[in-house]
Amino acid sequence: MSDYILQMKNISKTFPGVKALDNVELEVKKGEVHALIGENGAGKSTLIKILAGIHKPDPGAKFYFEGEEAKINKPIDATLKGVSIIYQDLSLFPNLSVAENIYIGQDSNKKPWKKINWKNIKKTAERALEELEVDIDPNTTVERLSIAQQQLVEIARALAFEAKLIVMDEPTSALSSSEVEKLYKVVDKLSSRGISIIFISHKLKELFRVSDRFTVLRDGKYVGSYQTEEIDEAKLINLMVGRDVSYEKNEKEVETGEIIFQVSNFSKQGNFKDISFSLKKGEVLGITGLVGSGRTELAQAIFGVNKPDSGELKIYGNYVQIRSSADAVKKGVAYIPEARQTQGLVLEQSIINNISLPILNRMRNKLKLIDRKSEVQLAEQYIKSLDVRPALPDLPASKLSGGNQQKVVIGKWLSAQPKILIIDEPTNGIDIGAKTEIHKLLRRLANDGIGVIMISSELPEILAVSDRVLVMRHGRISGELGIKEATQEKIMSYALNSGKKDDSSDVLHESNQVSQGV
Amino acid sequence: MKLSKESILGLIALGTFLLLALIAPGFLSSNNITSMMFQLPEFGLIALAMMVVIVTGGIDLSITYIAALSGVGAALMLTNGYGILPAIIVAIFFALACGAFNGFVISKIGVSPILVTLGTMVLFEGIILAITKGNSISGFSDGYSLIGNGYYLGLVPLSIVIFVLFAIITAILLSKTSWGRSVYMYGSNETATLFSGVKNSRVLMKVYLYASLLAAISAIIMTSRYNSVKVDLGSSYLLQSVAAAVLGGTNIHGGYGKVIGTVYAVMIFQFIRNGLNLLGFHSSLVDVVIGAILILVLAMNFFSDKFKKVAETRKAEKAA
Repeated sequence: MSDYILQMKNISKTFPGVKALDNVELEVKKGEVHALIGENGAGKSTLIKILAGIHKPDPGAKFYFEGEEAKINKPIDATLKGVSIIYQDLSLFPNLSVAENIYIGQDSNKKPWKKINWKNIKKTAERALEELEVDIDPNTTVERLSIAQQQLVEIARALAFEAKLIVMDEPTSALSSSEVEKLYKVVDKLSSRGISIIFISHKLKELFRVSDRFTVLRDGKYVGSYQTEEIDEAKLINLMVGRDVSYEKNEKEVETGEIIFQVSNFSKQGNFKDISFSLKKGEVLGITGLVGSGRTELAQAIFGVNKPDSGELKIYGNYVQIRSSADAVKKGVAYIPEARQTQGLVLEQSIINNISLPILNRMRNKLKLIDRKSEVQLAEQYIKSLDVRPALPDLPASKLSGGNQQKVVIGKWLSAQPKILIIDEPTNGIDIGAKTEIHKLLRRLANDGIGVIMISSELPEILAVSDRVLVMRHGRISGELGIKEATQEKIMSYALNSGKKDDSSDVLHESNQVSQGV
Repeated sequence: MKLSKESILGLIALGTFLLLALIAPGFLSSNNITSMMFQLPEFGLIALAMMVVIVTGGIDLSITYIAALSGVGAALMLTNGYGILPAIIVAIFFALACGAFNGFVISKIGVSPILVTLGTMVLFEGIILAITKGNSISGFSDGYSLIGNGYYLGLVPLSIVIFVLFAIITAILLSKTSWGRSVYMYGSNETATLFSGVKNSRVLMKVYLYASLLAAISAIIMTSRYNSVKVDLGSSYLLQSVAAAVLGGTNIHGGYGKVIGTVYAVMIFQFIRNGLNLLGFHSSLVDVVIGAILILVLAMNFFSDKFKKVAETRKAEKAA
């Protein structure tokens, strides 16, 4: 018998006009945790979809399960070979019970008029949950579970199907740090029982924690497979992008200008309390803290979409009232949200229509009608200056990659000529190459005199871009650091617990994680 | 060569016209053409109103009752001896009040449009019944009846001129003004518009006000043409207008829809209804035919959208 549970060889996939995978291979040993790594668009999900039987590979592809050649033409073929896939956006039925979700699909060959054996369903579920040693009531409906629990239900479902190979697509992206630890333990347990895992993630630290071996893809091509212990982070990044990338800490002396923006005593029950800070011309102010520490809520309050209970704003020394996002645009405050696809862009609409959206009123001619020509010019200007690719102004925003979508959102807000630009997790889900581009752009904007406030959970990013760092904890500012004194360790200590008296503002959400990886 | 959804629909309208001209006796007679021109505007205006609402991702189930209430307003004025202009002003005022109510509950309180307008549909119907006691109000002045029955320059029915005028106004408002652009953007993603400094509730309020204005114009034409008004004035147009908007290419989830598409759809409905009548079909059979065409066109739209998406992806990949 073979050492390998799965071998995929010669896998190519051509979509109309593009080769998504070019002669890729993937070999997973029995009982190992195998990480699949690559930038966005490297072909990871295409490869997994081929394994799942959703996409058909180009001719010449070969699959071996436990050394025996097999054909995968449709999803049921993969299931029968013991492959179970847990997608990022889980595929559970929210209004059915945990037990029903675990059992569903097991009876697919049964005649529809046969009675359902509820006892059997419950027993199967209980057994699977017990194996995972998790405490979930099989009778609860799934919608009442946390994301982490739902994930465990999916894993239990894989066990109930006697899966030999479980694929997890970015399983930790929505989990808190304690939940992540629990998931790691489950992964360890599964692999010790001989079940193989393919683990997809962007978080490099995480891959070093869980995986035994990994395979790197780049631009649809196979780069190689390696033992995890024989490689370090810098080398791995090099393999992923084909070049050395590391953020350099921003060491430049700040040319302090006048104070252009001042926030005083901003409070909102349950979100944040007594927030005061100021921003100087030419400065990038980094705001970090654990997820749920009130950073995003604060930014949205400044921008006028989340009404604060109290607080004052001053721009260039003048008090301003911002009651709505329309007010914010008028007063020169821009906010680029973290949820690019749902809050940042109207995906179905063209790049042109997205870029002109905040300033439609300024695009009107004497007849109060929109002047299409100047609208197109505006879009072309930002496509050029921000290097949006492809440079097609009429293209729907949905057709762009994450990095280029972010550039369009930035272009849209630059078109409004803001005095203050607040950007929330600027490089979330963006390729490493595009990340550094966006970092440079933020620095450039600050040099041009726009006040930039950057919210980020990625400490290397905070250190690379900011001139000054505010750390939030439980809705309050727990620390302020100049860039020279700032280190990841100092920031983390402010973010977690400054050691000061507990300020008992625990009405706020429990802490989440800060990713320290790239 | 690639044709837009709307031009394909235009060709279908033309094809229907030519086909019926060939097979339906008297379809091309000047009498018949004029009578179609008299019938089309009232339905066309309601369909345009519905289209504008659907572009925001909503629906206005109260639209024909707004029209009826507006017609009652005009009728009360006329039968109490007031002139044509005051009657028209009151009709428009009644409709705008209804539209403002819908718009307020939908945009400020945030209740979903289908629920709000389902409620106001019953509410407005109740108000009309309370006013009319279920009877019809009739007997308007000769001057008033010219709006729906008269000719412009002695050639074309005045009502079709009014319809064309409002179709052009609607097209310009939707495609050229910042309100119109916001309507499409809101229909595609209302969260993103909120985060882009668009005043969502104001955009939505204007949508329901504008729809009710179109309903009022339709009501004026209908009351004038029939010389009477009852609670069910135009009520058969309610679901037909949804059908016409969707047939015209409007995305039922919002974000897309064009005036010209809806106008073509209204024309197709009119041609088929009229042509089949001339051919001696029973009216129930006419509905079967219209339903079949609707499903056919929707299926075609579905597939052409799919192809279009693939083509766009290809284009993006090539350029990248």
